Amino acid sequence: MFQVDVDYLKKAKKRRDRGKVVIILFLTLMGVFFLLPLVYLFCTAFKPPEELFLYPPTFFVKNPTIQNFKDLTAITANSAVPFSRYLFNTVLITVSYIFCLVLILTMACYPLSKHKFPGRDGLMGLVTTSLMFVAAAAAIPQYLIITTLHIDNTYLVYIIPGLANTTCLFLMKQFLDTVPNDIFEAGKIDGASEWQLYTKIAIPLLRNAQATVIILTFGGIWADASTSTTYIYKEQLRTLGFFMNTIGGGIARTGAAAASSLIMTLPSIIIFIIQQSRVMDTMAHSGIK
Amino acid sequence: MSNKEERNNKKKNTDMPAAPKKRFFNVEKRFGYTIHEMWTHKMSYGLMAPFFILFITFSLIPLLWSTGLSFTYWNIFESPRWTGLNNYVYLFVDDSLFLKAFTNTLTYAVIVGPVSYLMSYFIAWFINQVPNKIRPLYVLAFYAPALTSAIAMQVVWSVMFSNDSTGYLNSLLLNLGLIYEPIQWLQDVNYIMPVIIIVALWSSLSTQFLAFVAGFRGVDRELYDAAAVDGVTSRFQKLLYVDVPQTMPQLLFSAVITITSSFTVGQTIVAHPSPEDSALTIMLHLSDYSGTRFEVGYASAIAVVLSVMILGIGRVAFKVLGEKE
Repeated sequence: MFQVDVDYLKKAKKRRDRGKVVIILFLTLMGVFFLLPLVYLFCTAFKPPEELFLYPPTFFVKNPTIQNFKDLTAITANSAVPFSRYLFNTVLITVSYIFCLVLILTMACYPLSKHKFPGRDGLMGLVTTSLMFVAAAAAIPQYLIITTLHIDNTYLVYIIPGLANTTCLFLMKQFLDTVPNDIFEAGKIDGASEWQLYTKIAIPLLRNAQATVIILTFGGIWADASTSTTYIYKEQLRTLGFFMNTIGGGIARTGAAAASSLIMTLPSIIIFIIQQSRVMDTMAHSGIK
Repeated sequence: MSNKEERNNKKKNTDMPAAPKKRFFNVEKRFGYTIHEMWTHKMSYGLMAPFFILFITFSLIPLLWSTGLSFTYWNIFESPRWTGLNNYVYLFVDDSLFLKAFTNTLTYAVIVGPVSYLMSYFIAWFINQVPNKIRPLYVLAFYAPALTSAIAMQVVWSVMFSNDSTGYLNSLLLNLGLIYEPIQWLQDVNYIMPVIIIVALWSSLSTQFLAFVAGFRGVDRELYDAAAVDGVTSRFQKLLYVDVPQTMPQLLFSAVITITSSFTVGQTIVAHPSPEDSALTIMLHLSDYSGTRFEVGYASAIAVVLSVMILGIGRVAFKVLGEKE
């Protein structure tokens, strides 16, 4: 009897593996097609001028050169503020924004998902409603609020308004919703305090959601140019994204602009790979079992 | 009243519905009970406070403010003038462009919304079966169109859909003998919307896709073994009986995000303004009024109407995919 069962499982395993090969083949073929813009980005950055303006345009680069990067360095040498200042600003802003966002959302999503306090459904309703509300027309009121609070023309304007990220809060809360309440009940019975339930059970289980939030927000804040344009009038406080945007103009700078868009995208790709490898079986790694 | 009686009363209030005769009394007690409940959950409120303070200041107040502005005429330079429902009447009765924008947006949302939602789910599910070590690379490949800047996207697609015979698609069709002269993909009003939709689908594996990828990793592996004991063996059965119920919260999240993003589509690969407004969407119409004409009141009215549409469809998503109690 037992023997039969093992045979059956072995067969099932074999069948599953064949399915796996088909899936990987399919994904690889589709994946190549989806990778095109990234490949194009890399190719363009290394194209010499004659290939950049080739007509009809080509996709791949034939004679790669690093001239575009040299041009870019020459332009950065003549910037109004030392290039390193733009870079410092962007790194400082990105790191503090991501840190604060993950912290604030990790704090807020736990009670919204696991506690039954008065007003919970109302607050969550407000968050989801404003998530679906078109914010485009609210830009002017938001501008007025920011200037009234006098956080414009400081580093804070890059960080604080963006922390009210309803999409990411909703995402984190939904991830915590997938965790069965029994786990928390069991913890309570074992004598864990509310704080221990939060730090020892909830936070490790939020790992995947946190990684996803970091990926989703990183690119936006790293390349952000509009905040610098709208709220900042001190050149020393402006960001890399703003500076790179000013390069774009003029045919002579096409190569440098291509190099700069590669440089602006590279950190996003690196962060993406790092964070995506953090996404794993939370249930197996949380130490609950 | 002694302490004991009071405690009993409190207990009664939590356990059973209020007695009809002593309604006022009970309401008062309920209020006291609520305060008590709030106090026991002070840690919950403390944890949420930073987010909600920022949310109210930078998100809720601006939204309410702009809703208020939709009942006014405001051009930024003068102070807003109350005009009641005028903006809405104009929007529905006289604004013929709005109808065009509405039809385009609806066409786009009805196709791109469901297709990108299902595509995200199934590709994420496929990726979930890929071995751990190479999985991030597959996720990266499919997320690449959303990751690279819009400009890179635009260039890739304009090469593909170029209007003359040098465009990849035109030269391919010409070589195959399917067409005899190049098609004006981005000029011909018959082709603009389909081209926009294809490009949008190609770059639509974004937020909802990542939510699914991460969501599948959160599914308890032991549930598969438990399901196998119950006779669930095939991939699709596992999807149906284990993965779908376990990723319900992500399904709801992604539905809301997909609905919102497909109805708020703005600038596409076709330049604005487009030939015969064939690529005009509600969001582009809105930005014409708020940005170009400085008619903030009217732009706000458009935003409110679009929001009501999104909220209506979003409610259906909550009904279908939300928590069942």
